[in-house]
Amino acid sequence: MATEILMPALSPTMEEGTLAKWLVKEGDSVSAGDIMAEIETDKATMEFEAVDDGIVGRILVAEGTEAVKVNTPIAVIVEEGESANDIAAPAAPVSAPESDETTPAPEVAANARPAQPAVDRSPDYPEGTELVSTTVRDALRDAIAEEMRADDTVFIMGEEVAEYQGAYKITQGILEEFGARRVIDTPITEHGFAGLGVGASWGGLKPIVEFMTWNFAMQAIDHIINSAAKTLYMSGGQMGSPIVFRGPNGAAARVAAQHSQDYAAWYASVPGLKVVQPFSAADAKGLLKTAIRDPNPVVFLENEILYGRAFDVPKLDDFTIPFGKARVWREGSDVTLVSWGIGMSHALEAADELARNGISAEVIDLRTLRPLDMATVIESVKKTNRCVTVEEAWPVASMSDHIGSEIMREAFDYLDAPVLKCAGKDVPMPYAANLERLALTSVKEVIDAVRAVTYR
Amino acid sequence: MAARRASRNLVAPKKELLKYYRDMLLIRRFEEKAGQLYGMGLIGGFCHLYIGQEAVVVGLESVAMEGDKRITTYRDHGHMLACGMDANGVMAELTGRIGGYSKGKGGSMHMFSKERDFYGGHGIVGANVPLGAGLAFSDMYKGNKNVTFTYFGDGAANQGQVYETYNMAELWKLPVIFVIENNQYAMGTSVRRATKSSSFWERGTAFSIPGEQVDGMDVLAVRAAGQKAVKHCRAGKGPYILEIMTYRYRGHSMSDPAKYRTRDEVQKIREERDAIEQVRGRLLDAGATEAELKAIDKEIKDIVNASAEFAKESPEPDPSELWTDITVDA
Ligand SMILES: Cc1ncc(C[n+]2csc(CCOP(=O)(O)OP(=O)(O)O)c2C)c(N)n1
Ligand SMILES: [Mg+2]
Repeated sequence: MATEILMPALSPTMEEGTLAKWLVKEGDSVSAGDIMAEIETDKATMEFEAVDDGIVGRILVAEGTEAVKVNTPIAVIVEEGESANDIAAPAAPVSAPESDETTPAPEVAANARPAQPAVDRSPDYPEGTELVSTTVRDALRDAIAEEMRADDTVFIMGEEVAEYQGAYKITQGILEEFGARRVIDTPITEHGFAGLGVGASWGGLKPIVEFMTWNFAMQAIDHIINSAAKTLYMSGGQMGSPIVFRGPNGAAARVAAQHSQDYAAWYASVPGLKVVQPFSAADAKGLLKTAIRDPNPVVFLENEILYGRAFDVPKLDDFTIPFGKARVWREGSDVTLVSWGIGMSHALEAADELARNGISAEVIDLRTLRPLDMATVIESVKKTNRCVTVEEAWPVASMSDHIGSEIMREAFDYLDAPVLKCAGKDVPMPYAANLERLALTSVKEVIDAVRAVTYR
Repeated sequence: MAARRASRNLVAPKKELLKYYRDMLLIRRFEEKAGQLYGMGLIGGFCHLYIGQEAVVVGLESVAMEGDKRITTYRDHGHMLACGMDANGVMAELTGRIGGYSKGKGGSMHMFSKERDFYGGHGIVGANVPLGAGLAFSDMYKGNKNVTFTYFGDGAANQGQVYETYNMAELWKLPVIFVIENNQYAMGTSVRRATKSSSFWERGTAFSIPGEQVDGMDVLAVRAAGQKAVKHCRAGKGPYILEIMTYRYRGHSMSDPAKYRTRDEVQKIREERDAIEQVRGRLLDAGATEAELKAIDKEIKDIVNASAEFAKESPEPDPSELWTDITVDA
């Protein structure tokens, strides 16, 4: 059967090209792989190969012709004993579907975000549950141990997690209980062991990958995002990555620029991840247990300064907290303070101080940044008409910016003042004690911001 | 073409040779068709063809057992066909249609089949290496006898994470076979212009990982080396490195100006060492008839043509697919 050879698209952007040179002439035999012509594209001159065996029956476009549109017939290949005239009329150029098919209004779907969940103010645990004062450190350890007891596919790996008992003592006693098969000290190779963890999650395990701090995870971020977060989508839903990446995040104390960065906004911007940044010990425990069970990759951002702080933790056999559910720490009527992680300590202290001065602040702890419980924030802002966000990360392209824009979109008419953010300063973290204090946000900044938006 | 290099004393029964011939031919014809569809604008973006390297994956798949895993780079169409994935689903992914393995959301470089233990299809050079070691880790953890074939290129072999992975793989005795498909080029950079090392497999010795260099144009040589590697891994002795010397006939991707090597270089290898021609020669020696081989050619052509038809006719994904498969419900 005679077949037409069409002007090929030789690059993703090519629409037309120059037929620079024919390397075959009419009557020549060609076999698959033989170079037939040289074609100049928008990028380079490229060789064009035969894809089938046959004889060049006719050349339809002379060499030197410029601006030959992709898919224009340029030659006819015939089989032995056939003539080029066996092609009746020149076939209409074939074109890719996007150019001739009008897909009905895809913008509608593109803009239509999945429905946001309603406000859920149910308590995290039944009233009357016995509470035990526990540090964040022990709460995290308990969560890991409970989940490892419950599920043999859960294991933990990272630098110094086993024999050293954790660089920050989160894995105290874990090696002793679970043994070296499930508690694995790694060499100092963040890029490698993060990737290895993701692979293990595809192989049916539930890894907990500890980063000694999140600063070092920048060496591994490719695997967190390209390998873990995107694979479910890229596989059309076949393969998810049930893995938890965890460790201390944000400023500790006097460790300077390379060891003091808050990654909340970076990871929270990535579809496919879940991002948790707990403040209290109860949340640390309940959310880490949820994270380990979650079939998606979870970025769990802890804080070194909070590790030693004690909070009430409910004494329950299996205490979990769902993702995407903010906690209202105190109710108020004059302003909404929105925070998470260590920012909450500034927010709560400021609220106490403000209360003494007759300003009633509602304080919301987001707890998870992806999914983000905007419903609780919006409901509160509709009541208080004012909002101040509090975080320690850099101010540019921050979580606060995102929250502010969501409030404008959902509650603009309710606002009596601009949404203000209290964030870290737009500088690398300095070492000097006084400068470090200045670089972080503070209770005073929160109070000042509240006074500004309440005009008091 | 007269690619009949007598290769050592490697022999295989006719039935086996027929299977290799068929599997390699399927890859070659499939790739040729993909190139054609690309030229017609039906396939977009990057599209990396495997033509010339067929013996690597076909040789190694011949030593795999049920439950073994494989993971590779963006040059992945051949690996998918060789492990038994359906040509229709692969081609439809190339055209970005709902009938593709990833519903059209992954494309040429990102395809997966949990069912066939094929773990991608990865676009970041080097990233699939620790991922493959992690798959092997899961088998070791569960106490399985399975191995993971982790394929990567000579260019990828210069990535730091490869050596992080070698270190951990040997340390923990992971059942992973590192398959370096040394096709002599990383895009336009020849091996010689990227490293002063004379071989890649030898780098494993720094981590105490054994390995060897293999003639990747000879499917039986690949098979023999694969048998050794698999035996080592299944015995719990840890990883093994196969540096498989191969060659890609086509450009790096579809838009390759081909200025970094001569046409003669490509032509010479095609003519003298082509893997499919070698098996064809062996088959004729073993008493196969031209008619027998023609029948296989025809069967392959039909499969490939049908896959192209399927890939053209399968609809684009519904716009609602934009929002699915981002996370799974707990
Ligand atoms: C981390 C990274 N850097 C660069 C690229 C762009 N790139 C894609 S393929 C490639 C060459 C890789 O060559 P090789 O590993 O030899 O594999 P081959 O293409 O020969 O199969 C490059 C530089 C990439 N995809 N990822
Ligand atoms: Mg290469």
